[in-house]
Amino acid sequence: MKAYNVINTRLPRVDARAKATGDARYAADLSMPGMLCGAMLQSPLAHAKILNIDTSAAKRLPGVRDVVTWKEAGLVRYGVSPARYDEQVFCSDKVRYVGDEVASVAAIDLETAMEAVSLIKVDYEELPAFLDIQSATAEGAIAIHEDFPGNVSAEVHQEFGNFEEALKECAIVRTDTFTNKRQDGGFLEPQACLAQYDLNGNLTLWSSTQSVHYVQRSVAMVLGIPVGKVRVVKPYVGGGFGPKAAVNAMEIAACLMSRRTGKPVKMVFSREQVFLHSRARHQFTHELTTGVKKDGTIFALRNVCHLDGGAYSSFGIATIYYAGSLLGAPYKLPNMKYDGYRIYTNKPTCGAQRGHGGVAARAGWEQQLDAIAAELNMDPVEFRLKNMMRTGDVTCNDFNMSSLGMKECLEGVRDGSNWGAKKGKLPKGKGIGVACGFFVSGAGYPIYRSETFHSTATIRLTEDGGAVNLYTAAAEIGQGSDTILGQIAAEALGVSLDDVRVHSGDTDFGVDLGAYSSRQTLMSGHAVKMAAEDAKRKVLEALSEQLKVPVEDMDIAGGVVVFKKDKPDFSRLRTMYIKEHRGWEDQPSGAELTFREAARVAFITRGVIIGNGAYKPGELGGKYKGAAVGTSPAYGCSAQVVEVTVDEETGKVTIDAMTDAHDCGFAINRTNVEGQMQGSLSMGLGEALFEEVRFDAKGRILNASLGEYRIPTMLDMPNVKTIIIESDEPNGPFGAKEVGEGAIMPTIPAILNAIYDAVGVRINELPITSERLFAAMKEKQKK
Amino acid sequence: MKKLITFTVNDIEYEVAVAPNRTLTQVLRDDLNLLGTKEGCGVGDCGACTVIMDGKPVNSCLVLAVQAGGSTIKTIEGVASGDSLHPVQETFVEMGAIQCGFCTPGMILSATSLLEKNPHPTEQEVRQALSGNLCRCTGYQKIVEAVQEASRRMKG
Repeated sequence: MKAYNVINTRLPRVDARAKATGDARYAADLSMPGMLCGAMLQSPLAHAKILNIDTSAAKRLPGVRDVVTWKEAGLVRYGVSPARYDEQVFCSDKVRYVGDEVASVAAIDLETAMEAVSLIKVDYEELPAFLDIQSATAEGAIAIHEDFPGNVSAEVHQEFGNFEEALKECAIVRTDTFTNKRQDGGFLEPQACLAQYDLNGNLTLWSSTQSVHYVQRSVAMVLGIPVGKVRVVKPYVGGGFGPKAAVNAMEIAACLMSRRTGKPVKMVFSREQVFLHSRARHQFTHELTTGVKKDGTIFALRNVCHLDGGAYSSFGIATIYYAGSLLGAPYKLPNMKYDGYRIYTNKPTCGAQRGHGGVAARAGWEQQLDAIAAELNMDPVEFRLKNMMRTGDVTCNDFNMSSLGMKECLEGVRDGSNWGAKKGKLPKGKGIGVACGFFVSGAGYPIYRSETFHSTATIRLTEDGGAVNLYTAAAEIGQGSDTILGQIAAEALGVSLDDVRVHSGDTDFGVDLGAYSSRQTLMSGHAVKMAAEDAKRKVLEALSEQLKVPVEDMDIAGGVVVFKKDKPDFSRLRTMYIKEHRGWEDQPSGAELTFREAARVAFITRGVIIGNGAYKPGELGGKYKGAAVGTSPAYGCSAQVVEVTVDEETGKVTIDAMTDAHDCGFAINRTNVEGQMQGSLSMGLGEALFEEVRFDAKGRILNASLGEYRIPTMLDMPNVKTIIIESDEPNGPFGAKEVGEGAIMPTIPAILNAIYDAVGVRINELPITSERLFAAMKEKQKK
Repeated sequence: MKKLITFTVNDIEYEVAVAPNRTLTQVLRDDLNLLGTKEGCGVGDCGACTVIMDGKPVNSCLVLAVQAGGSTIKTIEGVASGDSLHPVQETFVEMGAIQCGFCTPGMILSATSLLEKNPHPTEQEVRQALSGNLCRCTGYQKIVEAVQEASRRMKG
């Protein structure tokens, strides 16, 4: 393997010191002179016609500077997929969930704004609320959106191979129905934003977002401002995991009120509003029928999925496609049929969350595969190894596994967990389970149809050669992209990470689609690598003219110029540098020509040295409808083994140990890769054991707090044995691909399979609460 | 009616007029501009707003500012001395215990407070002491490892 200086290391994150000292600034930390505070009026009803909105009392309250409803915001529809623009900033004809935005106020302080909100009088005519799929799709149910009678927000029908024919060759056919529960993102930082519309008609929005690019386009479209006049900046973001990937009404309302008042407007979600806004994991119900041949070959899969979508589409159109397309692989499955339905209900909108669309399907299917392996009397690891795809395999739905260390992952967790000594040999009440998964490494297409580059990057060298400025619109949201992109820039340019200053998350720095679909390392990484190589080439060209050494005989590495043949006399350049920087500390010295000196020569002869990079994926497979959701330049994959203890008296599950192997391609930062693995497993553990957003009969959330909605604490999460598997991904920068989402895929089913091993019951409904597991054990005893 | 309170924050004495409904989080952030203290929930569930008050970690969102009158408080801004990081900050930085960073100030304060009372905690003691600080990013493992490593460094 090629030796690297900066990548494949454990360098600390570039933002770690700022975050450890409290210096890092998040959106809620921002303020400006003359700033107004905004607050939002949200619907108390799940489904109702709006008869009248009276804002007069609110407007009269001293200290109020603006009150806006749909009359001021207009009726421009927006959303995520252009084919399903079904949101408005404020409701006009009706409200569709408890929390739907009705009006907004800007005032001199938050207390005044909140008081004004309470003075807005809305007359509603209540409509029947459809809080589940059954009622929303029942005969005669009122359409939540007029354009979608029957409340089907999207449906998908796909078949690859021939499912019915294939079943005839199968010895085992098994059908199971599996369901998860609506999850919350549970990120620690509530969404916040600050909007400033200036006297020149330029709008700047600082926001806690995963994608400055999509927010910029949405704000420009909804408010009718030329896109070039809208700048969106992402300060540090306290976690996103998907729900912060789309624009929200608060962002647009703040911009609107700033434009109307001429003052900066700041708005911050309460924790309850985070739950109401949601845009997190859907509730999925999968009916899965799998056919396996006598020899254990997985041969056919039929997947029927229903999504409880909530009131609007958000990312849900992609979700319903992913819920089908992310099964199959990493196994060689030739026949797959999928029917998916996303249903509108009068609840907060669901969207994307870590492992978008694939997590529940994966949980249900891997549990089913475990059951089939048992019927075949095959070890679950052996069964999976037998069916495993390899590098170069292409799925029946045309996903090209250009690198796939799946076998290495599975063998890694088998050996790492001491599987052979434990499977079937643990005492009653203790169990061990295994599962696999895969995920895209960046969506192959933008959300809107476009020829746009997915990521651009610019490198600008300082005139003294002392620093490398990297500009990218990529979104550091905690996953570590600033560090990864800084490392890639440093490695490609031949300097150290300390020499690179990363400027990110700003639409003024270029185009980047943002942090979703596990795309920053591969896609932004490509653009950054190109930009760094471009800057390096320009420096070497300038140097070549001065030293009369051909460019191809030189390189830059470790902060110095490497002469592949004879080292020329560069004393003239050194003398020049030292003379120009008389009195400075830290002058270049030693036997090597430094990067600083070379970059200075380039500046003197050519002006500011700028390197540019731009990336979009090449031609990807799949010509069928919906192929855009799931095709990716590369796929990460993983395997996990989980060990549990089940208290047979209470049904309480304790996760004792987790062993996780993930193929992330070439690891740019090994510590970060492990961090993504451990964080993914923690979120998966939460979804498996506790997490469920619950509603009352009126559609109000019962547990809209981090006390009542339980995410894992330090006491719930065991240590994870993390095994990094490094394949060399031909489509990734330096061979790198994803880890941020794929790692969550096997967690839930590995837990389910371990529980079966411990107590012999299969749980088909999440979360695996003590009550649910206890009832299942009782049921089994009766039989 | 605002009340005048006097308290010491990061070794500096402040006199602030506060409305009786203002929380300590709000006064630290809005009046003292100590923005390292984060508000994740405002109701004491998440621990992001943890500060040390008279030697004990508290959720500053659950403390009324008037209750803090006369007390001595340390926030994340007071943990490092000048350029030199506290060993807990050092190990958090070096060992990958930080991702999004929003829980980090509270987590570091809870950890320093633990190590003052119990310089050599077991893994379970670390987990118990920090269980009121939620983190959605890391899965906690690298945080636990960083606290344990800081404990070893402080010993030497």
